[in-house]
Amino acid sequence: MSPARRRTINTDYLARVEGEGGMTVKIQEGRVADVKLRIYEPPRFFEAFLRGRAFTEAPDITARICGICPVAYQMSSVRAMERICGVEVGGQLRALRRLLYCGEWIESHALHVFMLHAPDFLGYESAVHMARDHPELVAKALELKKTGNEVMTVVGGREVHPVNVRVGGWYRAPRKRELAPLVEKLERAREIALEAVAVTAGLDFPDFDHDYELVCLSEPDEYPIDRGRIVSNRGLDIDVSEYDEHFVEEHVAWSNALHSRVRERGSYLCGPLARFALGYDRLSPLAREAADGAGLSPDERNPFRSIVVRSVELVYAADEALRLIAEYEEPEAPAVDCEPRAGVGHGCTEAPRGILWHRYEIDDEGTIVDARIIPPTSQNQRTIEEDLRGVVERSLDVPDEELTLLCEQAIRNYDPCISCATHFLTLEVERC
Amino acid sequence: MRKPKLAVWKFASCDGCQLSLLDCEDELLALAGEVEIAYFLEASRATVKGPYDLSLVEGSVTTPHDAERIQKVRRASKKLITIGACATAGGIQALRNFADVNDFLSVVYATPEYVSTLETSTPISAHVAVDFELRGCPINKAQLLEVITAFLHGRKPGIPSTSVCTECKRRGTVCITVAHGTPCLGPVTHAGCGAICPAYNRGCYGCFGPMETPNTASLTKRLRVLGMDDRGVERVFRTFNVTDFEEVRSR
Repeated sequence: MSPARRRTINTDYLARVEGEGGMTVKIQEGRVADVKLRIYEPPRFFEAFLRGRAFTEAPDITARICGICPVAYQMSSVRAMERICGVEVGGQLRALRRLLYCGEWIESHALHVFMLHAPDFLGYESAVHMARDHPELVAKALELKKTGNEVMTVVGGREVHPVNVRVGGWYRAPRKRELAPLVEKLERAREIALEAVAVTAGLDFPDFDHDYELVCLSEPDEYPIDRGRIVSNRGLDIDVSEYDEHFVEEHVAWSNALHSRVRERGSYLCGPLARFALGYDRLSPLAREAADGAGLSPDERNPFRSIVVRSVELVYAADEALRLIAEYEEPEAPAVDCEPRAGVGHGCTEAPRGILWHRYEIDDEGTIVDARIIPPTSQNQRTIEEDLRGVVERSLDVPDEELTLLCEQAIRNYDPCISCATHFLTLEVERC
Repeated sequence: MRKPKLAVWKFASCDGCQLSLLDCEDELLALAGEVEIAYFLEASRATVKGPYDLSLVEGSVTTPHDAERIQKVRRASKKLITIGACATAGGIQALRNFADVNDFLSVVYATPEYVSTLETSTPISAHVAVDFELRGCPINKAQLLEVITAFLHGRKPGIPSTSVCTECKRRGTVCITVAHGTPCLGPVTHAGCGAICPAYNRGCYGCFGPMETPNTASLTKRLRVLGMDDRGVERVFRTFNVTDFEEVRSR
């Protein structure tokens, strides 16, 4: 193929992602002229209809933004409301939140690693196709995913849109005997996750890396999940309430998701690669050992290797869930009282695909006056487009069909959740 | 014999109901053995052209493009089943039907003219004929399997249209309204979830929409006695099944 030709690499409907989007890459005179990650998922206007609702409704309403990571929405919203009320939910009530979140990480990561991303590496259209040649692998993946869902069902009431989370804590704290049956399943899940690290580490990875600004939450003594300061590898270290001073969102014509960037510097990456790079020392010893064995270091910057990092996080989430269950004592009350008062509050937690930031203003009766939600996928949009540009520039001699697959794989590195971001995806590679 | 072709379509939604199909971890591969998963973008790149024997539709219609697309889906489908509150009742995004959508747009997007949207969020049945509506926000995956199995075998799905109350009784949960005075939508809400909330000391909040013959007027009086104010009552009926509950309450 002549490099001087115009080419368009295009995918109208990107498969194996959550939600609706596409991609277009235009190549002209052997250079990438334009990259667009198009997000045409129809907007649903959550921030608008949250206005006028009770502050206590935020966790149930915002959960409906995403069926894959409802816990993330519930956790960021309750944190924000509790900050307004001046309440800190600690002890076992907080431990249960982390446990529920571990369930979501396991369910979501298992879905993405095996059912959405692995088929790219192994050359299948789907996990169901993959199951014909690798039945044992797919069976284990489903078992892992099921355990994540069971944690969510026991603690939260059900796996999609859990019912048990409330501002201040829970409607009912689970009994120790309800958690006990999860132990054996989580031990088995941890074994499968360790195998997943070994299997994914052995995949072939495109040669690509980039010096990203990595952004995630950070706590002194634990791997980031449900709280922390927002930090980056470029020296950012802020309270979640200072987000607006350092980040900005922009509306572009080709996307129903707003694009985010660091005010001073530009695009950034959130999600597993960022958490691993900045939180490596706070992983459990077993998860760290698995990462070391897979040849991962905190300096890892190849986004295609995020599948290995996700597998390491699967080990961590199972390990952490087991720790939380072992240390669990039934709390005296399932929730702390939260009396509304007029004010503004922020909440930020680590959804499986990166930081999810909420900001609410409520009045003294607890009615929501204003709501803003910034999901991880919209934060990663610019970085995804930059990766696409980089990947295509290094692969200009690759035929269209293969290049399209490579671009789709590069997008799936981010486990994009378009339902979340639409506020958000179609892929086209156009060679003009 | 040719395997029946199954398609899964997404409109405006959270993906949670299609995820429920992937959440059938114990049955997914067996199902894939019985049917040809011909179109399911969330799970597979491979797509097979229609017509499809059975289409599952998630999500509501909120854009001009989707209003056209659902017609094509219907033409390509022998049987069409809606899955979840968005496809069946318009979803929580139907709150826009009771407000000015232009106000909503400017709250979320700095440049509203980039966004193409309709003034209303409508259920699939407002656009095309629907063969069965499966309720829930989210749907119950056991019910999903029942509906798929029933349609593949040409029988009526065994999905009871009674209230959540009957599920509490079956589960052995003491009535939280009677015992604790907790406001609960169970008496008017369609069964299907398995009465999860009362088992967690929480009143039902109506994820499955109205049951077949709901007495919302009577329940409203009871909710007021239990201490809910007017605004509280309005809010609790105006969530994921807002259009269906509003229709029932206006009778």
